[in-house]
Amino acid sequence: MRTRLVTVLLALITAFVVVPGPAATADEQGGESLTGQIGQPDDRSQGVEGIRITVSDGDDEVGADETDPDGNWEVEVPGPGTYHLEVDQASVPGEYELRETPLVTEGTVEVESGDNQTLIIALIEAGEDQQEDSSPSPEEDTSEEEDAAADGEGIEVEGVSGGFGDRLAQIAAAGVLFGLVIAVSAIGLSLIFGTTKLINFAHGDMVTFGAMMALLFSTGAAGLGNSLLAIFAGLGGAILLGALLEGKVRAVPLIVVQWTAVFGGIALATAMGVAGDSIEWQVPLWASAGIAVAMGAVLGGTMERYLWRPLRRRNVALIQMFIVSIGLALVLRHVILVLFSANRTRYSGYQVQEMVHFGPVSLPPRDLVIMGVAVLVLVLVACLLQFTRVGKAMRAVSDNRDLAESSGIDVDRVTLYVWFLGGGLASLGGVLFGLNQVVDYEMGFRLLLMMFAAVILGGLGTAYGAMVGGLAVGLVSMLSTLWFPAQLMEAWALALMILMLLVRPQGLLGRRERVG
Amino acid sequence: MDILTILAESARTAVGPIAAIYALAAVGLNLHFGYTGLLNFGQVGFMLVGAYGVGISVAVFDLPVLVAFAVGLACAVVLALLLGIPTLRLRADYLAISTIATAEVLRLVYRAGFAEPLTNGVYGLQNLSSGFRSVNPFEAAGRYGFGVFNFSGNHLWVMVVTWGLVGLFALLTWMLMHSPWGRVIKGIREDEDAVRSLGKNVFAYKMQVLVLGGMIGALAGAMMAVHQAAINPDQFKPQVTFFLWAILLLGGAGRVLGPVIGSVVFWFLMSFTEGFLDELDGEGYLPFLSGPDFGAIQLAFVGLLLVVLIVFRPQGLIGDRKEMLINVK
Repeated sequence: MRTRLVTVLLALITAFVVVPGPAATADEQGGESLTGQIGQPDDRSQGVEGIRITVSDGDDEVGADETDPDGNWEVEVPGPGTYHLEVDQASVPGEYELRETPLVTEGTVEVESGDNQTLIIALIEAGEDQQEDSSPSPEEDTSEEEDAAADGEGIEVEGVSGGFGDRLAQIAAAGVLFGLVIAVSAIGLSLIFGTTKLINFAHGDMVTFGAMMALLFSTGAAGLGNSLLAIFAGLGGAILLGALLEGKVRAVPLIVVQWTAVFGGIALATAMGVAGDSIEWQVPLWASAGIAVAMGAVLGGTMERYLWRPLRRRNVALIQMFIVSIGLALVLRHVILVLFSANRTRYSGYQVQEMVHFGPVSLPPRDLVIMGVAVLVLVLVACLLQFTRVGKAMRAVSDNRDLAESSGIDVDRVTLYVWFLGGGLASLGGVLFGLNQVVDYEMGFRLLLMMFAAVILGGLGTAYGAMVGGLAVGLVSMLSTLWFPAQLMEAWALALMILMLLVRPQGLLGRRERVG
Repeated sequence: MDILTILAESARTAVGPIAAIYALAAVGLNLHFGYTGLLNFGQVGFMLVGAYGVGISVAVFDLPVLVAFAVGLACAVVLALLLGIPTLRLRADYLAISTIATAEVLRLVYRAGFAEPLTNGVYGLQNLSSGFRSVNPFEAAGRYGFGVFNFSGNHLWVMVVTWGLVGLFALLTWMLMHSPWGRVIKGIREDEDAVRSLGKNVFAYKMQVLVLGGMIGALAGAMMAVHQAAINPDQFKPQVTFFLWAILLLGGAGRVLGPVIGSVVFWFLMSFTEGFLDELDGEGYLPFLSGPDFGAIQLAFVGLLLVVLIVFRPQGLIGDRKEMLINVK
């Protein structure tokens, strides 16, 4: 085997040495050039047209270009050396200004030979303060937060203004909201860890999935939506049949029926895809959220039934399972990206709302609804875990898998239910998070870090720990923005997690056990 | 369709500077995971501090390039200590979560507004490689090589240094793993308690490995800075770490040459899929996809590669299956 491999490699290498070289690639053509892309300040993928850029060597102009509709420009320079770059201020559209980076104010560019240098010239909204002063006046802070949100890496808080006490109350409310969203999403992560000892890195992308599905069905689903729905209906039917009928009917007919359901779903999906836009429908957001939750549950169940259970049967070690879940996360995230593109969207119709005032706190009604739904769901989940048979079984399996199995609990079935629950809650968390912020393909990954902090803080494997931890993480990260830059809020959540690992590694509600 | 050109271009990428840099970082990850069983999902964090150690030293403080490299390495040591102290005593899964979160938070801190005087925020640092290129023994604009392996002098210089470092650290790994220290390290991977019962300080050994592997990662980041001459925080997204894991598992974890072979094969595949998709697109076979989707498809392909490798061939190309059946302790 080894020798065969080496032989093949050697053969390949010889082949490549003999093959004449292709034409040199663009980045190494030998010529030197300066390129760049100028985008709108709030969305850099949208180019700004007609900005004139001149490159000169001493007093001689060597080249000039105007940005095309996508904002791209390119100036070829004769050779290596130092050049002077000037952006024509007059050609910048009136609503924008140039951001005063050293490149713009001094304009000196060093070009090395063979270099195809990309320069970053950025625009800002006209009239915005050029200086990013750190003086803690409230207006400054809000504008900074808007910056962070525009960057796509921050969490946005609406309507924060007024004195310190008001802002404290306002931000605390935002923190509770954020914490509730984290808690709803993180219960699944924690329960899944409890029952299978697997850290599911794909959980964040299950959150994204939920938000995207709700977006799809609330803005009008045609071919794609119908197809997805058909596939998930087939899968869900197959898994539910398996869970309910396993052991009650004979195996062969059950398997036949299950695979019929799966392939029936796929066939229906193909038909729907072919039918395309002719079957178009649209439901309000609450209904599409319901569809998203159901689909999320099916997604979780499918992963458990067709991936994790077979892997456990093969005795794949836990480290390997982590890596599989990372791979799965990458696949899921980028399939979502291909299907729904990288745009940042909001659920329409819930953005501009009259604020409701409660003393110092004023919230838009949609935030109140988010909080209400989250609290209701958390209470329901707690009741489920506390009082129902299946909930008790979940906690039992989460506590000690072997003991639960030996006392007659069907551990595989309970694990499947945990994945249903976890997937559904992750989807719901995604819808709530998307309603409060924006929907894009990376939102779940950003939330995943907070969820990790939450479950470690509360105690890995405990559902109630995830709730408590989620609230704590949400509050701490939001309140930190009172004193520290908004971009650091995730860092504070992480710091809290590390502190907890140092003093009480099992988490707030975790049982004392050997964790090291 | 010119499949031969795509293959040739892929082969060129497979030995190019990027493949060398990833191989170097994967050598560090191999020390962590392959030999010690540490689940480091934040290797990109080490690369980031290495790259910015060089970048800030050169661009902001005008230090010579050797000093800049030393600064990058020192940053990696500090990061490893900060990460290791709370998490190395705990189960492996805690380290996994902490490392991935730390790497992401580091990226957010380096791109944040308040760090702009040093890091220049999202715009990154530029003009970093003049010091490194001033000691370039090759003609900067000249073409070197034969057949399809044809590189400019600057790229060749980066390649020589980086592949040299890869060789050096592979040799170091080999020597370490055949020393008493290496036997303790591999013992920790197999059964931590057994090692502890022999009176070894497991925590100290793990910390040494974390620091060493992290420094190798930082060196890879530093080479990235001088290769590209410009860095910005968003180059250090978590997917870089996932690439490194794919490279390591593809080549074979716990093997000296695993990361090297893994990197060459991985970048060959990446370049090939890219070229192939472009070609298909050019011929008009992919009407429902557009240019930006190809990057996403490639990343999904990396994810699929990870899943398939673990399920069907956990030992990678040259690994030992028995060694890779270890479990979390």
